[in-house]
Amino acid sequence: MRLHRLLDQDRPEIRFRLDGAEMTARQGDTLLTAILAAGGGWLRRSEFGDGNRAGFCLMGACQDCWVTVEGLGRRRACGTLLAPGMEVRRG
Amino acid sequence: MKVVVVGAGPAGVRAVEQLVRSGLSPTWLDEAADGGGRIYQRPPAGFRRDARALYGFEATRAAALHATFDALAPRTDWRPGTLAWHIRPQARRLYAMQDGAQQEIGYDALLLCTGAMDRVIPLPGWTRPGAATLGAAQIALKAQGCAIGRRVAFLGTGPLLWLAAYQYARAGVEVAAVLDTTRFAGKLAAAPGLWHAPATLATGLYYTAWLRARRLPVTEGIVPLAIEGDADGVTGLRWRDSAGRDRATQCDAVAMGWGLKPEAQLADLAGLPFDFDALQHNWVPRRDAAGRAPVPGIYLAGDGAGIAGAEVAEIAGARAALALLEDAGQGVDAALVTHLDRALRRQARFRAALDRAFPFPSALAAGLADDTILCRCEAITAGELRAAAAEESALVPAPEVNRAKAYSRVGMGRCQGRVCGPAGAEVLAAALGCTVAEVGRLRGQPPVKPIPITAMERVAG
Repeated sequence: MRLHRLLDQDRPEIRFRLDGAEMTARQGDTLLTAILAAGGGWLRRSEFGDGNRAGFCLMGACQDCWVTVEGLGRRRACGTLLAPGMEVRRG
Repeated sequence: MKVVVVGAGPAGVRAVEQLVRSGLSPTWLDEAADGGGRIYQRPPAGFRRDARALYGFEATRAAALHATFDALAPRTDWRPGTLAWHIRPQARRLYAMQDGAQQEIGYDALLLCTGAMDRVIPLPGWTRPGAATLGAAQIALKAQGCAIGRRVAFLGTGPLLWLAAYQYARAGVEVAAVLDTTRFAGKLAAAPGLWHAPATLATGLYYTAWLRARRLPVTEGIVPLAIEGDADGVTGLRWRDSAGRDRATQCDAVAMGWGLKPEAQLADLAGLPFDFDALQHNWVPRRDAAGRAPVPGIYLAGDGAGIAGAEVAEIAGARAALALLEDAGQGVDAALVTHLDRALRRQARFRAALDRAFPFPSALAAGLADDTILCRCEAITAGELRAAAAEESALVPAPEVNRAKAYSRVGMGRCQGRVCGPAGAEVLAAALGCTVAEVGRLRGQPPVKPIPITAMERVAG
């Protein structure tokens, strides 16, 4: 899955790391936007072996967008704003 | 008097407005960083679109609500980014978490304005990256300026289906298809009862007319078959048209939804009884017309108390706050109460007509194939839930959803059945040969959303 940046995208670029790889996003992105607009494709692997997940509700209800942020622990990617230099890991 | 309000959407803002007007300074919580709720969600700092670009026809209403919120927040104990996760109604205490820190908040009166989420029906492939709710598609566009795909199919029924498709088309996204599971949805949308709210109706008709005028592929009375995909996510949607022909739509994302359901877990923990509202086909927490719950000190307003939309939520929020103030012995403006009650009655007639026009397609959920994933938290299939109700089960067949949950784990995952609950109830009811009201509803459990275990220890201690 790829999120497509359409509107309001003239915001300053910020950098973060996804599973160790350097990525670029925009200030004001959620972790979900940052990862899926940068081509990450997915956010987590189902623990039950049925494939990758990339969130579903985007409003904090479905709990299907969890990622791990170094120093912060597990976060819902849809409701967490990206900060410069964040180290994000997918499970 | 210590008053706590949960939620800063349309209901919460208008409730707090009345409380502050009466000289109170409530503690006010929302999980979001800002006021406005999901419907009028504001983008983070740095986004520049104005209200008209963000909220379309609702711009005036949204801007007014935001202005009221901005004026109120400094006059209250406003706590953004705060998850209310438990209530002990006898002790009148609410438990919340903000920035990983626990809060235990005592109250004399608690007003719950907890909102709603999309109601979905699973189909094969719905867990693939690229499949999302209609609400998700809207939030991506509204709050992040992004589309969930380049070529998006819209699936479901109800006004939100057309609205989301319209918003995407307007933003320049290719709408691969608008697939409505209701037959003659467009015609039904003009049902007589809907004229009770002419402005809302006109807006809805405008979206459909706009989509059709641009020859966007709108098809009614369809049956969804499967979301297809590869390692990169969604590649298409298969469906059956009303003449029984199998069709395929190429797309890289699917937005789906069949109306909304209340986010009522906190009302549940507060000890409220729930009733099955046959018309909206949802379990709703019990309250009187003003928003008083049968548990002392608890009040409800907005979609969390039964789906009625943002406009009603504003009225109901103000009305519930006035009920709270009346019960506390404070004088309230009788003319305002009369005005709000009249507006709520008028809107209720509109809502009933809308619910009749777009009924939840129970048969679609009840007929899920055995191998379709029903619970996305734990990848449990519809067949596994049916087994919980089977006579040949090793255990006594589950007569209701909570027992079925214990057997099958459907509803026991980290979303607590928020997503699979409605469809799961249909599957179980069909398997048992009873009504969906008879299989009951999943009981809420604290914490209403996952929190670190250390947080629970502190409360227990």
